[in-house]
Amino acid sequence: MLAKRIIPCLDVRDGKVVKGVQFRNHEIIGDIVPLAQKYAEAGADELVFYDITASSDDRVVDKSWVSRIAEVIDIPFCVAGGIKTEEDAKQILMMGADKISINSPALRDPSLIARLADVFGQQCIVIGVDSFFNQDANNGKGEYQVYQFTGDEARTQKTKWRTLDWIQEVQKLGAGEIVLNCMNQDGVRQGYDINQLKQVRALCNVPLIASGGAGEISHFVDVFQQADVDGALAASVFHKGIIAMDELKQTLRNEKVEIRLC
Amino acid sequence: MSEKKQANYVIVDTGCANLASVKFAVERLGFAITISDDVDVIKNANKVILPGVGSARHAMENIVAKGLVETLQQLTQPVLGFCLGMQLMARTSVEGADKNEVVQCLGLIPTDITPLQANDLRLPHMGWNTLTQVAEHAIFNGIKADDYFYFVHSFAAPISQYTIARCQYGAEFSAAIAKDNFIGCQFHPERSSALGSKIIKNFLEM
Repeated sequence: MLAKRIIPCLDVRDGKVVKGVQFRNHEIIGDIVPLAQKYAEAGADELVFYDITASSDDRVVDKSWVSRIAEVIDIPFCVAGGIKTEEDAKQILMMGADKISINSPALRDPSLIARLADVFGQQCIVIGVDSFFNQDANNGKGEYQVYQFTGDEARTQKTKWRTLDWIQEVQKLGAGEIVLNCMNQDGVRQGYDINQLKQVRALCNVPLIASGGAGEISHFVDVFQQADVDGALAASVFHKGIIAMDELKQTLRNEKVEIRLC
Repeated sequence: MSEKKQANYVIVDTGCANLASVKFAVERLGFAITISDDVDVIKNANKVILPGVGSARHAMENIVAKGLVETLQQLTQPVLGFCLGMQLMARTSVEGADKNEVVQCLGLIPTDITPLQANDLRLPHMGWNTLTQVAEHAIFNGIKADDYFYFVHSFAAPISQYTIARCQYGAEFSAAIAKDNFIGCQFHPERSSALGSKIIKNFLEM
């Protein structure tokens, strides 16, 4: 059986792993390569590296660390941040990344998704979606809306897209996987946004990864059992040692979630 | 001249993107390996790895453009294909082909690559899945059914007499195929943690 994936996410700024609360106030957690190695050995199924400053600063990720990670780890990893062209994508994949994740540049030019999928294959094109529940929208009934440039608080802005529309659009264009970052939950460790993930799941025929809100083991059980996501991404609970990978995976197995034990 | 010639291992430069990760995986095991698209270097290798990601059409176009088709077809030493590299060993693939056409592949193993029959399951088939059956083969020394490997694909080789390992996703498909000196794995050994490394080691020590 295909296993559900546990995906530690390492937000990267200037070659260091950082973590903020609701995308703000970033604190340094540690060096990238030893952290990546530690998670691979602990039984992570995949790793994601987000250069959170890249899109906002209008530059491509500093690439040297991609190759250093590929040298040491033997599980798949994805790189995100400022990948705007086929050439950017090629460089990162050539250095050993298995997938590339596109967020703001896909919003600026949606055809980029189709071009990347054609050249590199749908399987390595991940679309990151930063979604915020705006209570005031939709005549006060509230609505999930897509945001961009979330790596930089000063430049974070709402886009014209409703989340559920954008999810469908990126699939039409050739997205191979979608990571849904639920911004209201990010970094506050109160649980994944099950309600939103269920709505997106219903419209998502490619692998869907939940992101934002993991605080305890039961949150992972809930998101797999209730929202049927393919993977769950988390950062601070792993970086701060709040959740141990082996205990998490054993609990999921006990709860009948298909999981790879290490 | 009695000195044992040092084994030389080569990764075929198919122009695809995962060359570096395959090279690193071999190097982590303590073996040296060269990435090359040179006909003589490939011919003279003791073992050849054929990697690949992306679409069959793009990869075959690269191989044709580099003039490597005959070289690869005439190899007699052990050759191991990973993922798309395995699929390129087949006769044909429908991936990236125009409607009602097929992409001609290397024809090393007489099977044809078709869309994965996932039924209602989501595609691509992406993540860690278990092998449902593993044949006796040197490449699978120490590997058994229910072991997890990392898969990423939407196309597959159907079950045939060349199947040496099976996986289930909607329906059964070949997780690995082999004929004579040619062996191919649909999953990514270079991204399948310790058991994936075991397969690479088995191959290099075959």
